[in-house]
Amino acid sequence: MPLQTAAPVLDDVAGADQEFLYTLNFGPQHPATHTTLRLILTLDGETIVKAVPDIGYLHSGFEKLGEDLDYNQYVTIVDRMNYISPFANECAWFTAVEKLLGIELTPRCKYIRTILAELARISDHLLCVGAAALDLGALTAFLYAFNAREKIYNIMETSSGQRFHPSYARVGGLMNDINDDAVAQIRDFVKTFPKVHADIVRLLNRNRIFIDRTKGIGVLSKEDAINTSCSGPVARASGVVRDLRKDEPYLAYKELASSFKVVCGKAGDCYNRYLVRMGEMLESWKIIAAAVENLPAGPVNVDLNDKLTIPDKTATYRSIEGLIQHFELFMWNRRWETPVEEVYGANETANGELGFYVVADGSGKAFRARTRPPSFIHFAIFPLLMEGHQISDVPAILGSLNIIAAELDR
Amino acid sequence: MPYLDTLNAKFAGAFTTSAFRDNQRVLVNAERAPTVIFALLKCLKEECGFDMLAELGGIDYLNYPDATDRYCVVYGLTNTTTGERVFVKAFANDPEPELPSVTALWKGADWMEREVYDMYGVRFTGHPDLRRILMPSEYTAFPLRKDYPLRGYGERHNFPIVTRAES
Repeated sequence: MPLQTAAPVLDDVAGADQEFLYTLNFGPQHPATHTTLRLILTLDGETIVKAVPDIGYLHSGFEKLGEDLDYNQYVTIVDRMNYISPFANECAWFTAVEKLLGIELTPRCKYIRTILAELARISDHLLCVGAAALDLGALTAFLYAFNAREKIYNIMETSSGQRFHPSYARVGGLMNDINDDAVAQIRDFVKTFPKVHADIVRLLNRNRIFIDRTKGIGVLSKEDAINTSCSGPVARASGVVRDLRKDEPYLAYKELASSFKVVCGKAGDCYNRYLVRMGEMLESWKIIAAAVENLPAGPVNVDLNDKLTIPDKTATYRSIEGLIQHFELFMWNRRWETPVEEVYGANETANGELGFYVVADGSGKAFRARTRPPSFIHFAIFPLLMEGHQISDVPAILGSLNIIAAELDR
Repeated sequence: MPYLDTLNAKFAGAFTTSAFRDNQRVLVNAERAPTVIFALLKCLKEECGFDMLAELGGIDYLNYPDATDRYCVVYGLTNTTTGERVFVKAFANDPEPELPSVTALWKGADWMEREVYDMYGVRFTGHPDLRRILMPSEYTAFPLRKDYPLRGYGERHNFPIVTRAES
């Protein structure tokens, strides 16, 4: 496409007709964007006068698909939104769906979901911190982070059978219970993670180059953070004390509330966002450590008689009720009977508040499955953060916002 | 709900309320929405402490049971000090679905309103830069409308072809 946006870029820039300003097309394929997004930068030398993001390259109609797939099937699509922490997305989707259907999960399911969602958060923060450091030239931290992420993938594989897109949660429970092997791996991760964390801290926290490249760069004030709808680490680094795990406790966070704190910063620059993410990883680690030792026994799905969950294979093959319920939930004209209502459910995922606004029309499919994607909202503030900075600050700011294009464009 | 008293004092009769589970909703129908919605949201923001627009999304209620108006924009407001939430639903109808933009109240509404316009064709008057955000600018349809088919051909054939020499 020709290098222009539909709205003229330079209207409000003084001296727009002067020749020293030139336009640089950053992306859609660029190593520092990591995924497919495009920035149209107007430069004065190396200083950015104006940055216009152009998104939509990865738009694949997820929300339209949400109106065609049923509540269980859509989990495979939700996985692919923020594919760095897929299980957290599943939790958010089912928070909304289970609120709609009025399901209270079993204690064991709540704990397993909490543990895996926190692992997903660590995995997401590790990638974000590692990739941000990589873009600024620090390769080692990235490798340490990826080594730890590999362990999280192993845990996902042991529990769900898939490494990258687990599609593990179901309405009213999980696909299957986790086994002792997975619990042992989680315990092992709890034991080894502090060392990885300390390694990254030692590599970056007082690294002169890293601090020079991130401190005071891309400052977001508290007022702006609230006014531009920011959430998660981006908002907390600017001093907005808001974390849905504390404010609107879901899953097992109410019982585990004493085991973690909300990490906040004040400065709101890239370095603070990095510090908040590092701090949150330790808090997540505490949650996992507390949850895995207090893992309740009992069933992982809600009661079969509720006619809401997929029965396990034993029940399907060996009992007539199980077989009937299996077909009730899989035949396209049966499925769930939902109230003709709508509901918003949100979770605190690694990137911020991931919410789903589900409109149900009584059938087994959502009438509307609106996503509130944190990446989309955080990328909207990019021009605000970018103004007056150098072109070499683009990767620093992009890395600190953790934009995942699949969630950005859906 | 203390905010309801404030709203009742100022906009009595202009809105209805409903609730489901923990979601509290304020509804403004298509007849009143263009005139009332901006003032109502401004009142919620400035007098009731709902300082964050946490969510803004569109819904198309075509063929929905008991629906009277077709398009709906949901404003999910959050009070960042108390954590309270309220969902304000403003409706709009064909042929020219139009609502006032709230970008003057919340800068965060900018992209979310563009997305609603892109997907549903609801125009936001007063928006500084209302153009498509996810779909290409040559696109003529609004894909999340209920009468837009899930599968099919015929949208991409009229896109301009840029050869390597021109690009």
